[in-house]
Amino acid sequence: MSKHHITTTINGDPTEFLCETQQTLLDVLRDELNLTGSKEGCGSGDCGACSIMLDGRLVCSCLVLGVEAQDTDIRTIEGVATGEQLHPIQRHFLEEAALQCGICTPGFIVAAKALLEHNPNPTETEARYWLAGNLCRCTGYDKIIKAVLSAAAEMRGA
Amino acid sequence: MPEIEFAAPTSVAAAVKALASAKGQAKVLAGGTDLLVQLRAGRLHPALIIDIKHIPDLRKIKKEKGGFRIGAAVAGAELGENADFRAAWPGVLEGLELIGSTQIQGRASLGGNLCNGSPAADSVPGLIAAEATCVIAGPKGTREAKVEDIITGPGQTSLKKGEFVVSFFLPKRPKHAGDAYLRFIPRTEMDIAVVGAAVSLTLNSKGVCKDARVALGAVAPTPLLVKAAAAALIDTTVDEAALSALAAAASAACNPIDDKRGTIEYRIQVAGVLARRAALIALERARANA
Repeated sequence: MSKHHITTTINGDPTEFLCETQQTLLDVLRDELNLTGSKEGCGSGDCGACSIMLDGRLVCSCLVLGVEAQDTDIRTIEGVATGEQLHPIQRHFLEEAALQCGICTPGFIVAAKALLEHNPNPTETEARYWLAGNLCRCTGYDKIIKAVLSAAAEMRGA
Repeated sequence: MPEIEFAAPTSVAAAVKALASAKGQAKVLAGGTDLLVQLRAGRLHPALIIDIKHIPDLRKIKKEKGGFRIGAAVAGAELGENADFRAAWPGVLEGLELIGSTQIQGRASLGGNLCNGSPAADSVPGLIAAEATCVIAGPKGTREAKVEDIITGPGQTSLKKGEFVVSFFLPKRPKHAGDAYLRFIPRTEMDIAVVGAAVSLTLNSKGVCKDARVALGAVAPTPLLVKAAAAALIDTTVDEAALSALAAAASAACNPIDDKRGTIEYRIQVAGVLARRAALIALERARANA
């Protein structure tokens, strides 16, 4: 079976991989490139655990084909921290216990980072609507929203 | 599983050629938010997937004849960032932006929502009310069609083999024109319409409605253009009597299914209520649009 040879940029690094047409970008990230931070929850675009940035847009990587990654700029959860230094959103999730099992956390952090780049000072309602495509079965969302808003406040002050 | 071929043509002509060359079913990929779900569920076994997002015209938002030409693969988030379009057609955007989450908006397109053929497609009633047309490319060249003529049944369209939607055209807005879309779902976000209602209307300088279009979603096997509901508004000031007649005509046009989301009786009643509320919002916008 012939595979597609894809060249792309992931978290700033030029990257190549081989994939079949039906392989999703999430499958490629996890199974071919060992970038296992993005999670598979539903596989149908409902839960947001596989959220990534594709050419500056927040998308579900389970709803993108690997072949569509050709010549694109991809940002994943692995690129959010700077070396050992956590991003403020990551730090606030830890400090404010905005996670329990952790499966949804990478998607929430990627989506929240996209929110704050788009709107540095969201209201609680705006944050809840923006994050409506990220599901969490543990926290009840309050701690997540609080962590996002306190990270936003810190980032505005910094 | 047999191998699926993939093509990413950069022109309409090349896409038409690729579609014609498919050795089995060919599926067109725009945002993929329906297609990938159907592939994963095993409902589709295409021989070829054609990504149309590399055709420049499919991704453009252009002014044309005072109206707008929207590429079929423009993502919801992209159209939502166009301030001119938002000012001209807020109701069309209300429908498009109700589709899925922020993540889905990064990919989902008007062309995909239409060609997926769902009776509950949220962007379609607004386009029908806007009197939008689409350009369709295929082996016999290009043709134009009204949006209301595309969906022929659940998951079914009037597109012929080898055809795909290239762009939509929304006409110039006169003064005192407004549109609106409302949908009912049992929660606040991320659900499929139980009923959707779109109204577009134009007033004259005395505040009398001279032109109107009303479209309903999720209340029949296809989205509906309800001419009797529009007729109830024309030559009125959109007063209480006109709104009651509009609601009655909207309800009368429904031929819904009975399912866990809503009973037949419920959908019929809600269609009238939503059409009335959408007309009031469209009226307010038309009055503000001097």
